Amino acid sequence: MKATGQDIIKELQNRREQARLGGGTARIDRQHAAGKLTARERLDVLLDPGSFEETDMFVVHRSRDFGMDGNTIAGDGVVTGSGRINGQLVYVYSQDFTVFGGSLSATHANKIVKILKLAMQNGAPVIGLNDSGGARIQEGVDSLGGYADVFLQNVMASGVIPQISVIMGPCAGGAVYSPAMTDFTFMVRGTSYMFVTGPDVVKTVTSEDVTAEELGGADTHTKISSVADGAFDNDLQALSEIRRLVGYLPASNADKAPHTDCIDDPRRTVPALDSLIPDNPNLPYDMNELVISIADDGQFFELQPDFAKNILTGFVRMNGATIGVVANQPMVLAGCLDIDSSRKAARFVRFCDAFNIPILTLVDVPGFMPGTSQEYGGIIKHGAKLLFAYAEATVPKVTLITRKAYGGAYDVMSSKHLRGDANFAWPTAEIAVMGAKGAVEILYRSELGDAEKIAARTADYEDRFANPFIAAERGFIDDVIIPSNSRFRLIQAFEKLRKKQLENPKKKFGNIPL
Amino acid sequence: MFKKILIANRGEIACRIIRTARAMGIQTVAVHSDIDRNAQHVQLADEAISLGGMTAQESYLQADKIIAACQQTGAEAVHPGYGFLSEQAAFATALGQNNIAFIGPPANAIAAMGDKIESKKLAKAAGVSTVPGHVGVIETAAEAVKIANDIGYPVMIKASAGGGGKGMRIAHSAEDVETGYATAMREAASSFGDDRVFIEKFITSPRHIEIQILADQHGNCIHLNERECSIQRRNQKVIEEAPSPFLDETTRQAMGEEAIRLAMAVDYHSAGTVEFIVDADRNFYFLEMNTRLQVEHPVTELITGLDLVEEMIRVAAGETLRHQQSDIGINGWAMESRLYAEDPYRNFMPAIGRLSLYRPPEEKHHDDGSLTRNDTGVAEGDTISIYYDPMIAKLCSWAVDRSAAIGRMRVALDDFVMRGIGHNIPFLSAVMEHQRFLSGDISTAFIDEEYKDGFQGVAPSPDRMRDLGLIIAAAAHKDAQRQSSSPGQDWAIQFVTDDPAQMADANLRCSFHLCQQDTALTADISPYADTAAGTTDAISIEIHQSADTPRVAASITDHKDDKTRHYICQLHKNKDSWQIYYRGTHLAAHARPPHIASLAHYMKPVIAPDRSNMLLCPMPGNLVKIMVADGDVVEAGQTLCIVEAMKMENALVAEKRCRIDSIEAKAGDILSVDAVIMRFADANA
Repeated sequence: MKATGQDIIKELQNRREQARLGGGTARIDRQHAAGKLTARERLDVLLDPGSFEETDMFVVHRSRDFGMDGNTIAGDGVVTGSGRINGQLVYVYSQDFTVFGGSLSATHANKIVKILKLAMQNGAPVIGLNDSGGARIQEGVDSLGGYADVFLQNVMASGVIPQISVIMGPCAGGAVYSPAMTDFTFMVRGTSYMFVTGPDVVKTVTSEDVTAEELGGADTHTKISSVADGAFDNDLQALSEIRRLVGYLPASNADKAPHTDCIDDPRRTVPALDSLIPDNPNLPYDMNELVISIADDGQFFELQPDFAKNILTGFVRMNGATIGVVANQPMVLAGCLDIDSSRKAARFVRFCDAFNIPILTLVDVPGFMPGTSQEYGGIIKHGAKLLFAYAEATVPKVTLITRKAYGGAYDVMSSKHLRGDANFAWPTAEIAVMGAKGAVEILYRSELGDAEKIAARTADYEDRFANPFIAAERGFIDDVIIPSNSRFRLIQAFEKLRKKQLENPKKKFGNIPL
Repeated sequence: MFKKILIANRGEIACRIIRTARAMGIQTVAVHSDIDRNAQHVQLADEAISLGGMTAQESYLQADKIIAACQQTGAEAVHPGYGFLSEQAAFATALGQNNIAFIGPPANAIAAMGDKIESKKLAKAAGVSTVPGHVGVIETAAEAVKIANDIGYPVMIKASAGGGGKGMRIAHSAEDVETGYATAMREAASSFGDDRVFIEKFITSPRHIEIQILADQHGNCIHLNERECSIQRRNQKVIEEAPSPFLDETTRQAMGEEAIRLAMAVDYHSAGTVEFIVDADRNFYFLEMNTRLQVEHPVTELITGLDLVEEMIRVAAGETLRHQQSDIGINGWAMESRLYAEDPYRNFMPAIGRLSLYRPPEEKHHDDGSLTRNDTGVAEGDTISIYYDPMIAKLCSWAVDRSAAIGRMRVALDDFVMRGIGHNIPFLSAVMEHQRFLSGDISTAFIDEEYKDGFQGVAPSPDRMRDLGLIIAAAAHKDAQRQSSSPGQDWAIQFVTDDPAQMADANLRCSFHLCQQDTALTADISPYADTAAGTTDAISIEIHQSADTPRVAASITDHKDDKTRHYICQLHKNKDSWQIYYRGTHLAAHARPPHIASLAHYMKPVIAPDRSNMLLCPMPGNLVKIMVADGDVVEAGQTLCIVEAMKMENALVAEKRCRIDSIEAKAGDILSVDAVIMRFADANA
């Protein structure tokens, strides 16, 4: 007897139900027992309720070898589709560890590539939730090819749409290079790890005894390698924070960053800022306090908070508009620029520039970090990354010097000379080639024996240069502002720059010192 | 009257004196140390003179510089405030020699009262009751028993050289005295190398009650009733009130008369305080006399309507008292809470730092007739340093009776927002709700008895927990409304705790109704665990948040009985959890749509890194000295290093036998809380 419409619908429903079960209840229970959510639960948490629309639910692999013939599960280990985060369209893929350990087959890769292409075509961010044992070994070179297809598509999408990776389980071998191509990578503490080669291979090759957690856990990648931009305590926290992050981002490079209603008075003064800078120039202060006190609602979405802490990077809103913040942190290494902080900030500046996010630079920098380890490590080339990134950036750039802006580091930190649009300084700013003590020791070498003379020379130098007015006289600083008014002055500057138009000379691309 | 006076002090008391002087039309001169050059008292005064230096010794205790500052500015008188030079007879004398008036008592009165033994003798001679006892060496157990019988039990046998509880024995009977005498002597000998002991009456449940007196230079002296200062921690007053909930009119009068008698005996003038210890039977005994303005003087001002600083200035200028004893009454009730920079959750360790947020409650007369007063010497952005007293402010309330004054104090404490520094507001709020404090049944042992293991915060009642959960739900809902045009209406509130089972009952479901109004929300609520219908309650909740402080004001109305409860609490969002602080209670909770909340039980707690093998700095301070080296094996109790904070040296000791694995800090480092000083390894490894 011919199947009726009702039967067909029933068949569809059965197939859907089957697909939704992934690798089956036993494997789902194991996933839960490990403190992890399933691929679909994760999407439920990430996306607005009811907004997920799945694509390629019925895709299965075409592998014949090693007993895979006939061993298929609908979806083939990755759930893909689109949905909304606070109403904003996003494309998603979520690897399903319960299906063949989330391993990547050619068809699994094709599903991801399809999503990336759709996201690019339609101008929406992509969020990938990674939880995969690695390549589908049974498929051999097909799987490798699949990885490369994904990598290529990640690269094509780079700078077109924001790409976010969340590592929520294993991510090893070639698989790591997809997150590495994306704009942001986040990890979940205790349940995720990333490495090129696992502990067993490491042991064989280098005789190092190391656990997976030590080799590539969330701590390792947020504190030591800087591969990850942040780590969260569990799946729920990670996904709710990703929702928050997406709220700061434009849908694509063709869009402006989203603008939310602001209930925080843009004219709000912050009296405490007038005494933020300690009387003693050698004492640190917490730059975080400045960031949160000028941001809307005191909210700062910090990126890489545990790496190169001498520079802060992250997003705030000012009068509702997304602003990328780069700020020297005097609490750590006196806020100097070194290899790590230059790399961290350079990548952030380029992200902002690629996606039309204005940049606020808060400067208190005593210079570049001296020493053999820095020179041998290539501080020249790494410092140049930040310089290059700031120089080529065409988004609105507003700079505020709070205290020290010494030497080449002054130039680097979004100075007027690098096309800073509005450059402000607090009255406590000192813009100079170097600190007074160092300068006097070079200028008056012959008088070094005479402590009294040197003290007088130092005082002279301080009087002359330990203030923002020399720079202001030359127009390198547009205005010297009262600290407590900073929020309003900065908001006003950004609002005037909303329609800024600036283009770099036409070229294939600049050759940033990688 | 003086045209210009100098205030030889800093902080809140300097500010407070300047205000009164200004109101009297007197010019003011502030003095300051280097780090205080932008302090509030300097900004408030008409003129300021730098004394240089950082420490009190280098600055506010420099009598010569202060006298020179008077001469330089033409100040005719000096108000010393409290502390610093206020009770140094030599300073008062030196001022006199330079024809500068001292706004305080005569030098000989300061000297007489400054000596513990001398003052007791004087008091006895003036007919003031002192603690009965025998201040002499006791030769035999039999003699001890005889003396104890004369004094009356219980008695305290104390080592002459004693301190810190060593060599002290309480005896309730002659037999106790015989055994106690021997053990006290033995302990005294072994602890202090001096086996002399004496016997004193032991005061049970002692209260600290003091009488404020005011005298002029013409032989007039009145008392301004008492202050009860029994809420103390390590002899430091924390909460004071006037009048005392314990005194009756007869005792008050008797104490007042004795206080006046003592003042007259030393030809006292100006304001002064006679401190008494009062036992459970309202017997009172002279403790000491403070020959200065007391920290807690505002409570007396609030119930008498006098301005003590003004009276002191008038007396110093030679005026006669404007009030007679019969003019002085007790109007209502006043409370004072001392806000200290300290961490109540860490055994009240001193805290230092920058007040990145400092928003005290508004000082005013409230519609209900009560009053809030805040004596403070700091402003937002100021730094509480290690050099001076850690008191941030004295928050006072006044109302018609004790319970109303406590109520006003609770709200004032709720409404005090500070960030950047640890402070004791949670503790003060907890005391203001403590049943025993409310009953008035207090003694100087209150804090030790009620907070035996230190202050651990306050466990909220189920009703309060529900309300705090609702405030979180409302805040989360409003937050979601701002992020999204179509937020969900249903929320699950899950409290975060080490022991999920214990708090599971408190978890809530909260379903907000669609409504247009921005502030008032209505919701149906039910226990989270309860899926059965019929347990739903309807409520209205209105919350007001500010963008730049964590302060949240909320009103919750139960539709069942139409009763409204008001809260002022502090709320932070940290990633996906909300932290709420209210009256010593700190709760953390997740606010999630129910379909997400139902997944929460799969999440595993993050295991905190093991820090038991590290020595962490318990307070911000200066690492003065490290007493061990890498590889040393140390025994339990051995001193590892010394950290100086708030002028106090704190020895950090090994908790168990172990080997020093590495030392991460060096002498001279300024350390923050929880900075790693050294790491330990197994002693045998």
